[in-house]
Amino acid sequence: MSEEGRPRVFLVDDHAVVRAGVRAELGAAVTVVGEADEVDAAVEMINERVPDVVLLDVHLPGGGGQAVIAGVMPHNPQVQFLALSVSDAPEDVIAVIRAGARGYITKTVSGEELLDAVYQVAAGDAVFSPRLAGFVLDAFAGTAGAQTVATGLDPELEQLSAREREVLRLIARGYTYKEVARDLTISAKTVESHVSSVLRKLQLSTRHELAKWATDRRLV
Amino acid sequence: MGAPLGSEPSGSNQSAEENPSSPWIPGYHHQSWCPPEWRHRRGGRGPRHWRLKGPPHRSSEARVLAGVCGGISESTGIDVTLVRIGFVLLTLGSGVGILGYAAGWLLLPLQGETSTIFSRAITDRRGIRLVIAILPAFVVVQIVAAGLHIGYFGAFGWPVFVATGMVILIWRNASEKEKTWINHDLMPMLHAGDDHRGRSPLVARIAVGIGLGVGGLLVLILGHPSRAALRPIGGSLLVIAAIVVVFGPWWLSLVRDLMSERQARAMADERAQMAAHVHDSVLQTLALIQRSADDPQHVVRLARAQERELRSWLFEGRPPGAIGEDTTRLAEGIGLLQRQVEADHGITVQVVVVGDCALDDGLRALLDASREATVNAAKWSGAPEVSVYAEVEPGAVMVYVRDRGRGFDPDAVSPDRQGIAQSIRARVSRFGGSVAIRSSPGRGAEVELSMHRQETSR
Repeated sequence: MSEEGRPRVFLVDDHAVVRAGVRAELGAAVTVVGEADEVDAAVEMINERVPDVVLLDVHLPGGGGQAVIAGVMPHNPQVQFLALSVSDAPEDVIAVIRAGARGYITKTVSGEELLDAVYQVAAGDAVFSPRLAGFVLDAFAGTAGAQTVATGLDPELEQLSAREREVLRLIARGYTYKEVARDLTISAKTVESHVSSVLRKLQLSTRHELAKWATDRRLV
Repeated sequence: MGAPLGSEPSGSNQSAEENPSSPWIPGYHHQSWCPPEWRHRRGGRGPRHWRLKGPPHRSSEARVLAGVCGGISESTGIDVTLVRIGFVLLTLGSGVGILGYAAGWLLLPLQGETSTIFSRAITDRRGIRLVIAILPAFVVVQIVAAGLHIGYFGAFGWPVFVATGMVILIWRNASEKEKTWINHDLMPMLHAGDDHRGRSPLVARIAVGIGLGVGGLLVLILGHPSRAALRPIGGSLLVIAAIVVVFGPWWLSLVRDLMSERQARAMADERAQMAAHVHDSVLQTLALIQRSADDPQHVVRLARAQERELRSWLFEGRPPGAIGEDTTRLAEGIGLLQRQVEADHGITVQVVVVGDCALDDGLRALLDASREATVNAAKWSGAPEVSVYAEVEPGAVMVYVRDRGRGFDPDAVSPDRQGIAQSIRARVSRFGGSVAIRSSPGRGAEVELSMHRQETSR
């Protein structure tokens, strides 16, 4: 964090207009420490300036968002990534999340929501947009216990708990974390821990279905 | 017959519905805002049971005369037509069918009533005396039949007599409601064809009928011995002619009534669908035009689009406002919905779809209803964004349409308001789906729509 408690943010997007727009929306609430428009430059500058949060476009020339994460993670694991995209293609989104991003939001979100998301990610929380929640529910659909046992996968990692599903469904329906908490009569902190746990499963899962699912979706 | 061929009485389906076997989220029902309708239709149809499905009774719906066959069918699960055929065969054989029917009429309580006609008849002394009074007539018939060596009549005699006695008791002791029925059902049999212009055509018909009938019977019984082959054929033809002459007009009028009833129902259905369509397209557009009266260009654009849509409906038969027709997949349909509403109403529609499946009629209706819910939210909520979430589950498809707008009190909306009532609720429930609306002033609204689906590939 910067000295005033404002997160230091780095923007990666190949469209200058988008970068300018995001910068304007974030306003003075964060410190924007730099921008980049392609993978190599981004990796170099992020490793040099070590921001708190990187707002990362999913589609980037030179390997996409996940290439940036792969280039930074080994050197600076404390940098958090928030995927920001117009892309609705689930395979791209899932790939970035699995590479290590802490969340995904669409570029259509309001400035306020964007700011919230940046703060959440800076604090180490996961950020799920309705769309990401939908993707995850879809990807983990039909995971039966028997299936994971048969394939020798870790059931703990390969399927969502009932509560996690519940939380994701509400997020997918457009509920904020706060509304989810009120609805399920649990604390907002618990909602976040559920979401973080889902994120971990998404990243660590070895289900080949997850990859297969993403490619299947492209055909739809 | 017009009766629900009741091998699967409706009762069993209802109980399955009231019994949510497994809500997809454990513990979800406890939420205070979760209305009881929000349940899954996992009930499905059970296997056929031949055991009794309720106390024996007479049906007030599956009814031709007194509802005895319908009642038997409803409590045993045997097809009502089979039961009826059984009774007719028993009657033709020896008259036992009539006896059984009359006994059922007398001893089984009418659906919804607790006492039987019999329980009232045993205190009806005059009725019982009347029955006893026809005993001599019966004896006379038996003696005459024996004298003429017509064993057939003799065999028929006693069940017909007992049945006659029962019918007298029934008539005297039936409830008012049932008397009205009998009047309504049997009187046209006597009056049909004479158009209330006096009784002479009826008398003539009965006279001709009796003449033909007696002639036929005489030919059957006596015949000319030298023309042995002609006897049964000619006699039967005459008897049949007699029956047709007497009952023909009544049958015709029955068929006519049935057809006009069916036609009226079809027209009512048609009207409801048409009202839903007109509401979705024309009324919605008119409302939009009123709201954007200060933007002439927008008004022109709306009017033109509506005109195109209306034309394609009237002349090409494409229902307006329906997206279910344009696609075969659910996810694609939701995407179409998103684009349409965003274009027409200038708001953002946030769409999340989990899973996908092919559309059937029910899901098409669900899609159209979801669109209507989204349009409603776009128009009335005042919120810049509406979320649509669709999820395909093994047995059902759920759609949630949510906004964070001004909200409303669902109980305060008059139940006949076209938008919710016809376009959303009626559309979905026509195919067995359900709709739940959660909203309160100032806190946005969420419409939940669900439709069961055949469990096939995703």
